[in-house]
Parts: sequence; structure tokens; C-alpha cells
Amino acid sequence: MDIFIQQLINGLIVGSIYALIALGYTMVYGIMQLINFAHGEIVMIGAMVTITCINLLLDLGVQLPGPLLLLAGLLMAIPVSMLLGFTIERVAYRPLRRAPRLAPLITAIGLSIVLQQLAMLIWGRNYRPFPSILPTKVHDFYGAAITDLQIAIFILAFLLMGGLFFLIERTKLGRAMRATSQNPDVAGLMGVNINTVISMTFVIGSALGAVAGVMVAANYDQAHAYMGFMIGLKAFTAAVLGGIGNLAGAVVGGILLGLIESLGSGYLGDLTGGFLGSNYKDIFAFVVLIAVLIFRPSGLMGERVAERA
Amino acid sequence: MSTPLLEIQGIHKRFGGLHALNDVGLSINAGEIYGLIGPNGAGKTTLFNVLTGLYQPDEGRFHFDGHDLFRKKPFVVVRSGIARTFQNIRLFANMTALENVMVGQHVRTRSGVIGAIFRHPRARAEEAAIKQRARELLEYVGIARRHDDLARNLSYGDQRRLEIARALATRPKLLALDEPAAGMNPSETEGLKKLMQKIRDDGVTILLIEHDVKLMMGLCDRIAVLDYGKKIAEGRPEQVKCDPRVIEAYLGVAPE
Repeated sequence: MDIFIQQLINGLIVGSIYALIALGYTMVYGIMQLINFAHGEIVMIGAMVTITCINLLLDLGVQLPGPLLLLAGLLMAIPVSMLLGFTIERVAYRPLRRAPRLAPLITAIGLSIVLQQLAMLIWGRNYRPFPSILPTKVHDFYGAAITDLQIAIFILAFLLMGGLFFLIERTKLGRAMRATSQNPDVAGLMGVNINTVISMTFVIGSALGAVAGVMVAANYDQAHAYMGFMIGLKAFTAAVLGGIGNLAGAVVGGILLGLIESLGSGYLGDLTGGFLGSNYKDIFAFVVLIAVLIFRPSGLMGERVAERA
Repeated sequence: MSTPLLEIQGIHKRFGGLHALNDVGLSINAGEIYGLIGPNGAGKTTLFNVLTGLYQPDEGRFHFDGHDLFRKKPFVVVRSGIARTFQNIRLFANMTALENVMVGQHVRTRSGVIGAIFRHPRARAEEAAIKQRARELLEYVGIARRHDDLARNLSYGDQRRLEIARALATRPKLLALDEPAAGMNPSETEGLKKLMQKIRDDGVTILLIEHDVKLMMGLCDRIAVLDYGKKIAEGRPEQVKCDPRVIEAYLGVAPE
């Protein structure tokens, strides 16, 4: 029983991180029908910048409590990722706005590779350990273990998602974003500056991605130049599972994928009679992706594509 | 009446070999309801698209209310005071009626992205004003009760009214309506006619494309007739109705 609760907790925490990243994919898709495959790399760079920043502060002999050091790192990583997201859109995607859909997609994959290699040049090819600055005290929760960090990740993720939903549903910028996603030409005719809206979409998605990257690095105690690939693919799967282009869908898809992966890997050994262990957990994401694409391509909460005109 | 509100001269628009607009000129005075009729494919909607900046004309002159709008982008055209509706309704289907009208006010509001995120008092006040104005406009076009419904759930006639409210939200001097009565039943059409007269009486000039000739005759101050991209007649409704070229364009020539 405690394994079940433990995996449930792990799944919720990983799932809330997937959800944050999936929001970045789905926002960009909703507005310009583009899968921004470089989003995973933005997540990675957020993690890397934070680690570098914390190490720098430690080297300088700054005496601060761990959570404040982490906050300092985060406050450095968020603007870097935002700037990166802004630049990517401006340099790589905007010139292809009216191009056939395949062109920006290939550009996205190319960008993803370029950013990976760039990160490797800067930070090397080795795993970077996350500085041990955070309390490691473990709470007992009905027989399962949970750390302060995990609780913080969960709460912060949901605060950020709440903030995003408020922004989209209740503010002028959010209204402009929704109008643009439904009909860019008419939105432009109403005086909405489409370029600003698209830039802001990338900037906001990248900020969420940077926070998620730091969460991943802190949760797994490490980061590396290739981490963006797998986490990006999983978050993309989560977005597709929920229905790409749908914000609530991204959240539901992310949590669901986290739970499926976590519970699945917890019982994978038992299910296969010890043939496969929990180190095969990555297969769940792709089984889910394939199943969704076959049985419900529009995702759980997605609309039929034909409705867009 | 001094200078006209809108004046175009010698407008040409070609699509490949098709000469969609051939030397079209017209002038609309402030306070008029100006009708544009013509057989299908005559170039009415093309002219509309030129007047609202969606198409860039190849040649000609285009002046509106003291601005030179020749080959200007749509949002510049909107800002100088021309708003339009579409022949095939183009609302933001998944937003509420109220939100559709609120988007329409984008062009007239100041606070930008930063204000939207940090919500300082001025941005909040502006947001409240936008909402209030949107409610008033829905009331004005007669669909106030539907303000919380998604645009796609409104009836066809109400969607047409919502499009008009959204266009009015941009505070236009000229409202261009592309077949607003299409698909309406006679009582809806009568209501629309009253709405258009009310809008005109409140100081907004109207340019109207419509197939319903009876509606046009009773409503418009002046009518221009397009055929094959050329203006073949212009004048008061009763003059246009009797013009032999117009009769020929609509009915063909009797065989000898």
C-alpha cells in the first residue's frame, strides 16, 4: 500500500512539472500551430543557469539559507530563458510565419540541436550535480516519504498555473492571445498587435519552462545538456494527451502522464515478472503518445481540428 | 457638404489576369448610408477588402477623413476610423459575446503588456471602462441578455449583431457592412434596418453591400452599382433603379 501512495505522490510531483512544460508547448501551438521543439532546451538552460548561479554564489562565499540561494538562481534563470524564447521566435520562427508548416517544424528541430550543442560547449558534456543546499528532511505521509522540496514544487507549480489561467482569462493580454489563436487576421483588424502577442506567448511559456527546469534539476539532483530532449518529449506527450492547444488539457495531460509513468514504473517489475525494471519508465510516455495518436488524436480535451477555419 | 468623408479615385486591383477592380472611384459623405450593389463577382467584396486594408490596391488614391490610407495595414485603417463586418461571419467563436466586443476596443486603449500583468490602478480602471463600454454596445445592438454566451452559441441573427457591436467598439467614423442581412428572415431584416438607421443617426456613416434590393432602396441615401469591376452607375436609389445599364447588368439584354 505504501508503494502505491509513494508512487502517487511522485507521480503528482513529476506530473505538475510536466504540466508546466506542456503549457509552453500548448500555448505556442494554440497561437501559431507550431510545435516548438526547442522548448525542452529552454527548460534545460533554465536548470543550467540556476546551477551555475548557485555555485557562483557559493564560491563567492555568500552565506544565505538554501532556499534563498535557490531563489537567487531562479531569478537569474527566468529572464535568461525569457530572453532566449523571445530571440528564438524573433530570429527563427517569425521569418517563416507565412511559410509551409513543415519549414518552421524542421527549424524547431534544428534549433533544438543547436541549443543542445551550445549548452554542451558552455557547461560540458557531464552531468552537473545540483548543489546540496536544500534541507533533506523527509516527512512521513501515510507510510510514504515526501520532502519539503517536493511539497514546494507542487505548490509553486499550481500557483504558476493559476496565475497563467488568470492572465489568459481575465486580462487584456490574455484576451488578445485568445483572439489571436482563434483568428489572427480578424484580431489584427481589431487593433491587436499580433507580433507582440506571439512574442509574449514565447516569453511567458519560457518563464514557466525555466522554473520547471529548476524543479527537475532539484528533484533529481542533477542536470545535463541533453536533459531537455527527454523532458521535452514527455511534456509534448502530455500536451497531446490533453489536447494540444488547450491549456486545461495540458495541465490534465501532464498530471495524468506523471501518474501513469510513476505508478506504471512502480509496478512494472511485478507486472512483467521481473523482466523489466523501473528503469524502463520512459516507455510509458511513448506508449501513451502512440495510443493517443491512434485512438484519440485530438486529445482528451481537444476540439476537433476541423472546427478551426 | 464640404469634403467627403471617404474618397477613392482610379482604384485598380488585379489578381493575375483578373481585373477585379477597374478604375473605381467613389466618394461617401459624412452621415450617409451608401449602398454598393452588383451581380455576384462584380468586385464588391474586393472593394471592401481594399477599403479596410486587407488587400493592397495596385493603383489609385484613397483618402479618409484627412488620412492617406493608400496601401496601409489593416490596423492603421481601423485606427483612422473604418470598421467592418464580414460576409461570412468571423467572430471569435470560443469567446463570450462580451469578450468579442472587448477585443474590438483594443485599438482605442492604451495600457500594454506590462499593465496587463501588474495591473496597476490605471490599467484596472481602463479594464473596467472597457467592460462597461462593451456592455453598452451589446445593449445598443440589442443582445445584452446574451453577453455571457459563447459567440458560437448565438443565433445567426445575433451573431450578425455581435459583429456590428464589435466593429462599433473600434469607434469608427465609417462602418462597412458586408451583406449584413444575408440569411435573415424578413422580421430580422426589419430589425437590422432599424439598427442601421439608429447607428447613422448617432453619427456613424455606413457603407453597405447587400443583395436585398428592396432593403437597399428603402435605406440608402445613395447607391453605386459595380459590374465586372467597374462602376456602371451611381446616384439616388430611384435613379439607379431605372438606369438601363443597371437593368442590363442584372437582367441581361433582351435578344433582338
